Amino acid sequence: MPHDHHEHLSPSGHPFRADDDGHLTYWQAMEIAVRELLIEKGVTTAAEIMGQIDAMDARHPSHGAKVVARIWTDPDFRAAMQADASEATREMGYDIGPMKLIAVENTAALHNIVVCTLCSCYPRNLLGLPPDWYKSRAYRSRTVREPRRVLAEFGVNLPAGVEVRVHDSTADMRYIVIPSRPTGTAGWSADALAALVTRDSMIGTGLPKSPEGG
Amino acid sequence: MPELVRVRADMPPGHVRTPAYLRGKCGVIERTLGPFRNPEQLAYGVKAQALPLHRVRFTMAEVWGADAETPTDTIEAEIYAHWLEPA
Amino acid sequence: MKMTDKSHQFDGRRWHDMGGEIAGPIPDASRDFALWEKRVDALMIICSSKGHFTVDGLRRVLEDMPPSSFEEMSYYERWIASIAQNLIEDGVFSTSELGQRITEVKRRGATYGEAADA
Repeated sequence: MPHDHHEHLSPSGHPFRADDDGHLTYWQAMEIAVRELLIEKGVTTAAEIMGQIDAMDARHPSHGAKVVARIWTDPDFRAAMQADASEATREMGYDIGPMKLIAVENTAALHNIVVCTLCSCYPRNLLGLPPDWYKSRAYRSRTVREPRRVLAEFGVNLPAGVEVRVHDSTADMRYIVIPSRPTGTAGWSADALAALVTRDSMIGTGLPKSPEGG
Repeated sequence: MPELVRVRADMPPGHVRTPAYLRGKCGVIERTLGPFRNPEQLAYGVKAQALPLHRVRFTMAEVWGADAETPTDTIEAEIYAHWLEPA
Repeated sequence: MKMTDKSHQFDGRRWHDMGGEIAGPIPDASRDFALWEKRVDALMIICSSKGHFTVDGLRRVLEDMPPSSFEEMSYYERWIASIAQNLIEDGVFSTSELGQRITEVKRRGATYGEAADA
């Protein structure tokens, strides 16, 4: 992802984004004030803050997609992910920090979907920041009561005989849905398979792309 | 035999990670994790007790009753040990 | 309905505890975050990892906000409010220190870009 906050320079030579031309709000003034006080009091530094922004910007659904593709192609890795998904993800080279991850696999008989009814818990250290809809009142309210109606709104209509399992991220664990490998992909490389895995398919509100591009 | 548990039906004020819609409901323990420190205590900066964390599976029928969209669909949630009692 | 009727009927379920509530369509919302929002996110991670507050404390303050805050404030507006309160509770800075700095920040200019240029 491009570092677009470095794209333009203000007259003083500092970078800012186009939306920085908007009217300063109370909360934006609070952010600036809190940040400056934290730096002055030695809690953190400007470099550390920028480093954390960059680290978070670098986390992207494509990382989760590669994990999924490897599960599809590497039975030992699949077993490792079932035993301890955090450990297995770290060993694959992803810096997920202290995140505690559980991988829930879709099958022909089971479709998983993840929500946090109490706030917005999300496997952000693997997939990046959650989309706004995930944090919405509607998603948080309805998914545990009427997941199939929610799925239909996302364009996912499951065949008969498939159980829907809703995971409410209430505590310390974070969840990634492992979608079913699309048919017609026998012999595909992990890289090619990863390109089929969408962010929504790892939340459970979508399915992976099919080989024909549908 | 998976352990059958009931979520306590208490309604305390303050920071609690047991969703209201699951209180009083019965489910089975899918796996046990932790121990993790009690968020109800961490939220207030008081010394927090480490507790087992149980993933509990509920049927939609159990949670929503006659209203359930699909009674055999399931919900799984992480519930701290002090919120569970034998069913 | 009188104010006392509503409180007499309160069953203990707090407003943030949304599971199972009736709600409308899932909004088709997804957007990039502004720099100031990414900074808020970063401050939360940094300050909590350094022990100034916990994610539980962050949530607790968010939950103690009134129900209207969820509709009237954006996600990161609520987060910076919670971060500030948690840092005050941890004694990192005082309410008046923060207030004075906000005043000074606003004096620098009318836009975020100008005000962030210390």
